[in-house]
Amino acid sequence: MRRVVVTGAGTVNALAPDAVGTLAAMKAGRCGIGALEFADVERLTIRIGAQVKGFAPETLFEKNKLSLYDRFTQFGLLAAREAMGQAGLTEVPGDRTRWGAIIGTAGGGNATVNEAYRAVYAEGKNRVHPFTVPRLMGNAAASHISMAWGLMGPSFAVATACASSNHAIGLAYQMIRSGMADGMLAGGAESMLNFGGLKAWEGLRVMSPDGCRPFAANRNGMVQGEGAGVFVLETLDSAQARGANILAEITGFAMCSDAGDIVMPSRDGAARAMRGALADAGIAADQVDYINAHGTGTNANDRTEAAAILDVFADRGKVVPVSSTKAMHGHCIGATGAVEMFACLMALNEGVIAPTVNHDAPDPDCPLDVVPNSAREAQVKTVMSNAFAFGGLNAVLVLSKI
Amino acid sequence: MRPDMQDQILSIIAREAAMEPAEVHPDMTLEELGLDSLGLVEMIFSIEETFGVSVPFNANEPTQSDFDISSVGAIVRAVERLIASPQPEMA
Repeated sequence: MRRVVVTGAGTVNALAPDAVGTLAAMKAGRCGIGALEFADVERLTIRIGAQVKGFAPETLFEKNKLSLYDRFTQFGLLAAREAMGQAGLTEVPGDRTRWGAIIGTAGGGNATVNEAYRAVYAEGKNRVHPFTVPRLMGNAAASHISMAWGLMGPSFAVATACASSNHAIGLAYQMIRSGMADGMLAGGAESMLNFGGLKAWEGLRVMSPDGCRPFAANRNGMVQGEGAGVFVLETLDSAQARGANILAEITGFAMCSDAGDIVMPSRDGAARAMRGALADAGIAADQVDYINAHGTGTNANDRTEAAAILDVFADRGKVVPVSSTKAMHGHCIGATGAVEMFACLMALNEGVIAPTVNHDAPDPDCPLDVVPNSAREAQVKTVMSNAFAFGGLNAVLVLSKI
Repeated sequence: MRPDMQDQILSIIAREAAMEPAEVHPDMTLEELGLDSLGLVEMIFSIEETFGVSVPFNANEPTQSDFDISSVGAIVRAVERLIASPQPEMA
């Protein structure tokens, strides 16, 4: 089987509109959560989020194309552009019929849906923008990335809620490894920070009104973010042949389903996914130097995830660094695994583990080393990235230094 | 509280618990009703819609809010208090 490496990484999120700024923020433990700014926010009870601010799409895209791009597509395109640039590519190497784009998203063009509903219901209009459908469709980001870079192989969207990005990256890894494709732009893109999107989340009563505090005793829910992360994945041979800078090797991936509850997580499902990823990577639990947790800041996730980590890692689970960067960039839902991948790449390449910020009250139910508040230097050769979605769909990646 | 209001609350709780209203007693807990977290959130939504109130409740800290859900009777009293002290409806 072919070895698969990451050679480019791009992102837009509340911390920064690029990879460099995101890594700097993660090192500094900066929190990107603040007051939400959009129409009708005063009608929400939850008014905080990790919003991408100062974003000026008209300066980033051609005007005639911009009318086809929902905000999540814009984020995805920008992240792909940065990832290709970082990979040193102006076009994909080799046969472009063997390259594709797999982009995770939960809400697709949620902002477009919100705008169209506002027009027809709130404003009483009988007309919506003619491109409403191609903007809102879940595959819009994957399709536009394929068009922007001439990727003529397999491209599609993955919708597994909060695990979408990890499923997307994992599928891209499996397709390249097995020879179904030579390279992929893979990751996730999401933007649900609008009145309708947040109102729906508010209804579930799992959102925190005042901050994201993963694994802390005083945590009281999740805080929503938005953004994208896209990565250039190719074979080790191709990367070495062109002298590319290799950011990491993807060595393991596993996905499984709880087949249990539509919102409550499962300790067994989370543990099975982690064990599966270790087995796929062919490594033992004690070889993992850092775990990027799902760590949403809800009561249910954090307690369940901590228990599952201790099931899989036994005593090592109490000492291996585990952090949730959602406290900084919010829960970017379908994009979250891709944004969190930057913490994994930073640990592998710079020997710096991103902290779990807002952590001043340890929870005895979560007896983990959560790297509280400040980034930490460490020798990191192998990392694990967890994603456990609503609907009981779990996806765990293992990456190693090459 | 008017008896019909109490009956309305009991029937909302009974509906979420898939029971007959007559089977629901004030001293029963949510556990005894077999209500899970989703059932509870749906029950609170029904109460809000029926009485035009906004119930302060976060599933992450169910015991922290002013809305007491420790028993059916506590829920009825909590709704009663909410109705008696009208609040600006935010949600």
